[in-house]
Amino acid sequence: MNKKNKTINLNFGPQHPAAHGVLRLILELDGEIVEKIDPHIGLLHRGTEKLIEHKTYTQSVPYFDRLDYVAPMNQEHAFALAIERILNIEVPIRAQYIRILFCEIGRILSHLLNITTQALDVGALTPSLWGFEERETLMTFYERASGSRLHANYFRPGGVHKDLPRGLSDDIILFCQNFPKILDDLESLLTDNRIFKQRNVDIGIVTKQEALDHSFSGVMLRGSGVPWDLRKSQPYESYKDFDFKIPIGKNGDCYDRYLCRMEEMRESTKIIIDCIKKMPAGPVKSIDGKITPPKREDLKNSMEALIHHFKLFSEGFRVPAGEIYAAVEAPKGEFGVYLISDGSNKPYKCKIRAPGFSHLQSMDYLLKGHMLADVPAVLGSLDIVFGEIDR
Amino acid sequence: MTITVNDLERTVNSGLATAVIKSEINFNQLFIDISVENLTSTILFLKTNHKCKFKQLIDITAVDYPEKEKRFKVVYLLLSHENNLRIVINADIDENTKVPSITKIFPSANWMEREVFDMYGIFFKEHPDLRRILTDYGFKGYPLRKDFPLTGHTEVRYSEDKKKVISEPVKLNQEYRDFDFDSPWEGTKYIKEDLDKDKNNSK
Repeated sequence: MNKKNKTINLNFGPQHPAAHGVLRLILELDGEIVEKIDPHIGLLHRGTEKLIEHKTYTQSVPYFDRLDYVAPMNQEHAFALAIERILNIEVPIRAQYIRILFCEIGRILSHLLNITTQALDVGALTPSLWGFEERETLMTFYERASGSRLHANYFRPGGVHKDLPRGLSDDIILFCQNFPKILDDLESLLTDNRIFKQRNVDIGIVTKQEALDHSFSGVMLRGSGVPWDLRKSQPYESYKDFDFKIPIGKNGDCYDRYLCRMEEMRESTKIIIDCIKKMPAGPVKSIDGKITPPKREDLKNSMEALIHHFKLFSEGFRVPAGEIYAAVEAPKGEFGVYLISDGSNKPYKCKIRAPGFSHLQSMDYLLKGHMLADVPAVLGSLDIVFGEIDR
Repeated sequence: MTITVNDLERTVNSGLATAVIKSEINFNQLFIDISVENLTSTILFLKTNHKCKFKQLIDITAVDYPEKEKRFKVVYLLLSHENNLRIVINADIDENTKVPSITKIFPSANWMEREVFDMYGIFFKEHPDLRRILTDYGFKGYPLRKDFPLTGHTEVRYSEDKKKVISEPVKLNQEYRDFDFDSPWEGTKYIKEDLDKDKNNSK
């Protein structure tokens, strides 16, 4: 019997708890060895880019929450940066700090989900129970600032929607003081865990060169030993004011990526504390009344404010013609927005560059020759969220 | 040694000579226009040249300008880690032009080109596996073209009679409302055009 007849095809997903959403993998197996993987994506495609072309800039912001729904505000950030750079407006320092604060909370949210579900995929249940409790606390911070746990719509072009409510900073600081302890607990469950290591060490190895060739970014790139983080290398907002370390891996396997994420959460916690301590007082959105809406109380007294408010939320502001690519270091990697404006109140074209897209693409080469049981382990360490891949 | 974006512009212009139709620097990023025939050589140059070192492909996309003769613009975004620089490569093509695939230079271009094909119907020569990627199995049309309606052409529902999901033409109870917001409010363009017209008439 020749080898060709021996392979079997197996459908993994679209409904599978370890597929992290709606992913359909068509696996070609020789016994238990993976010969070929063909990921079928697009089951969560909602036409975000098409919809954005038909909405004003303000109306487009919520679509970014729905991309990587695990860390919503990081996505809004890229869009806000793109618009602000074309408009050439200044964002007040306080607004920048609030943005950094919530971006780092988003990073912790995303990494917590990823690490714990990766552990779940390889058989450990407890971390996800512990991790999700902390996620819930962090999401209440989101809720207190923006009014919603997930779809925040908080980073608006020109600043943030509103200032932090009273007492929130203290509660965040309190959380950050306890959080390293919880990370230690999580690590005590996973880092030296024999089963966790057997399932992750030397699995899905990515070399430096391969990471570059396959357009990897974020932890996928740093796990392979490339020191590249947009917060450091192309500092946007006020990231240059903060002192933090960029953990990098050595072997580029699933285990190193897990360690990188763990360490990044600790760094993020430090940034958050630092950020709250340094946060200056002042306005939270640009003073340009043609871009940002007036204050609520002004609406009651000023006719002009009322007109501005009405026009900003119906017609929206106009963005001068131009082309720009703006990227941020989202928890999953480089999240970019390629925006073309034609001078009207709607984007002419808005391409969203999702990090997960190129990561998932590499499944075939990452898993060739691995065992079937390694598929969920590698998939878990890629940090896949279908909202951003399918868009 | 790292180079600045201005150095890069000079290097690109001298290295590629006539291939570059136009180059400009906006927001600290270099934008170059090339013709589609020079695409592979340009990208190979940017990747291998010891000064440029654009080792990573960030994204490939396209833009649709239905009123132009060369309807599409394909866009390549590259990043150089060593120089900490980005470059945006634009190439105008018409509807029937086939774009050379760059999967041999950057393996990650595979899905990105598939996405452009799926969304705009642009074909790539020598692509190993040019299938639709994001849209449904059996989808017709190219959704991101400007002449594709926002609502699409078909909708799906579960049919109780046939006991399966069926797809049928879109029925809208209310017409899609596309508001015309072109008001004089801050609409400098609108006012300016009128003023310009008046000026020209008076001359």
